[in-house]
Amino acid sequence: MEGINSEIIIVILATGIRLAAPFLLAALGEMFTQRSGVYNLGVEGIMMMGAFVGFFITLIGGSPLLGIAASLVVGALMGLLMAVVSVTFKAEQGISGIGLYMLGWGLSGLLFRLYVGAITTIDGLKPVAIPLLSDIPFLGPILFNQNGLVYSAFLLVPISAFILYKTTWGLNVRAVGTMPEAADTLGVSVQGIRYQCLIVGSMLAGLAGAFLTVGHANMYADNITAGRGFISIALVYFGRWSPWGIMLGALLFSMADSFQSMVQVLGINFPYELAVVLPYVITIFALAISFGRVWGPAALGKPFQRGTRG
Amino acid sequence: MNTQYRNIIKQITILLAALVGALLVGGIFLVLAKSDPVKAYTVMLTGPINDKFGITETLVRSVPLLLVGLGIIISFRSGIINIGAEGQMLAGAIGAAAVATSFSELPSMILMPLVFLAGMASGAFWGGIAGWLKTRLSVNEILSTVMLNQIALQLYLFLIRGPLIDPKEVSYGTGAPQTALIPEGIWLDRLIPGTRLHSGLILALVLAILTYLFLWRTSTGYRLRAVGEGPEAARYAGIKVERYVILAMVMAGGMAGLAGTVEVTGVHHRALEGISAGYGFSGIVAALFGRLHPLGTIPASILFGALLLGADMMQRAVDVPAAMVMAIQGLVVLFVVASDYFLMKPVNGARLKEKWLGKKIVTEGGE
Repeated sequence: MEGINSEIIIVILATGIRLAAPFLLAALGEMFTQRSGVYNLGVEGIMMMGAFVGFFITLIGGSPLLGIAASLVVGALMGLLMAVVSVTFKAEQGISGIGLYMLGWGLSGLLFRLYVGAITTIDGLKPVAIPLLSDIPFLGPILFNQNGLVYSAFLLVPISAFILYKTTWGLNVRAVGTMPEAADTLGVSVQGIRYQCLIVGSMLAGLAGAFLTVGHANMYADNITAGRGFISIALVYFGRWSPWGIMLGALLFSMADSFQSMVQVLGINFPYELAVVLPYVITIFALAISFGRVWGPAALGKPFQRGTRG
Repeated sequence: MNTQYRNIIKQITILLAALVGALLVGGIFLVLAKSDPVKAYTVMLTGPINDKFGITETLVRSVPLLLVGLGIIISFRSGIINIGAEGQMLAGAIGAAAVATSFSELPSMILMPLVFLAGMASGAFWGGIAGWLKTRLSVNEILSTVMLNQIALQLYLFLIRGPLIDPKEVSYGTGAPQTALIPEGIWLDRLIPGTRLHSGLILALVLAILTYLFLWRTSTGYRLRAVGEGPEAARYAGIKVERYVILAMVMAGGMAGLAGTVEVTGVHHRALEGISAGYGFSGIVAALFGRLHPLGTIPASILFGALLLGADMMQRAVDVPAAMVMAIQGLVVLFVVASDYFLMKPVNGARLKEKWLGKKIVTEGGE
């Protein structure tokens, strides 16, 4: 293949690794939420808010770390709202998630127009080269010259696996998502665990949004999330509710995403709109091939009411 | 009869409380954004009912809302959470515009039904994909419809920028992404001269009544609702659940496709960028606000049509971005689904009270 040298391959792969971060953060958060028995379909809206707030606070506060902290707070607030509606008021989770999506979409658009208005760039996170490791030929620049959020997102995979499978809290989460009645009998607070999972999951979604502005684009634009929140939910299915499965899926998607953007940069003659469609088509295929192998938390989507009959 | 009326009044009260609550929270956003909420809301809430222009434009916006809402009702009542109206509407718009511009020589009497059929069929096809994916490959319909929305949007943009672009735009070198005008013979009649109010309104109202009769007075409609109430029980009763899921999505897509067709033939007279204008989502809100009932969705569509128009007026008059209305609609959805908790079982309210205020549950006649 002439014209495609190893430098371009390194750029494609390094971008692919970087773009896996938002998928990982949002999908691992959603994994905990769904493991506790609640769908949070508002992830996209939370990401939009996280993206805007992360950008805006970085812009006025001067530090990307402030922006990241703010996106965690906004995520937690939106998760709390979702928990009140879906857990306490037992609303149909699919619909309340869409409400949260519309809220995040409208609010981020509103705040951007009121406070910023025009495309403005910020000083985002800088890559941190890991000594020695980043000097490895080929792999070094791909894996070990990323920003801190990318490393954190990948570290979160084993951490999530440890929390989910090896800690009491993880056991409680899994119990609440599979057999809430039994967990309740044993004194585990079903509502409490679900609140915690929704809030933690939403904080990660907010962080995923902030990554897009603070750790990747260094600016904010409408619809910067471009469906990544919904794709992250699909990744939870694709990865069958396991952190390692989710990582595999996230990498698959981010590599496709990176490749797709390179098609445009390299000037390959292919309609832009059809290249953009690729991730969404892959998502549908990914969901379709999970067919027949789908195992999910048994109580997923079912509100819990102590002492209900049947 | 008396209790039924009381129930309806209670529902309306709760819905309006949800709307007022959403507007109040929206007011807080406005204060945070250093805008004057009283001034902004005065424009937003009175603008649409001030004069002939406001009232007719409100109705113009309520037409796609009602059509989309009817599709949402059919799918939600069948147990399918269909978020795909936005994409189905785009499919309908481009299908209608493609047929109208390609066969513009045909007499209007023949072209008109063809265009409507093409618009409906395109939307139905796009909705049917999600139904097929759900029944054959157990793909979650919420995720598939969201993805299909994104795919439809990109294909739509590709078509109006490329293959279907108005030849005049190319020869003048302006290159605005829109199709050629459709023949004047198939433009929908304007009901009031000098306004944009078109006969699509009558079509939507008739379809609302037909949808009601279909869902509650035919055996197919009954089976659809049975599938929605409980697919396992429906299957046990001998209903072919898969067939009805696909049927519901085809019908829902057809309605949304019709909304796109009406926007092309009644309002813009061509397919252009941004034609769906968020109606696919606002239609969901209108349907939920109408308690997923076709007749309740008629006033709900008019209400949200006024809200959408009011938001545009607010943007022009006091410079508050119209994006605000999307946030308010999101809050309305959250408040309405949360309020179901009290509507379904009055005892739930007592439960909460007990938890927060330490009062005893009153369970007389609960359930």
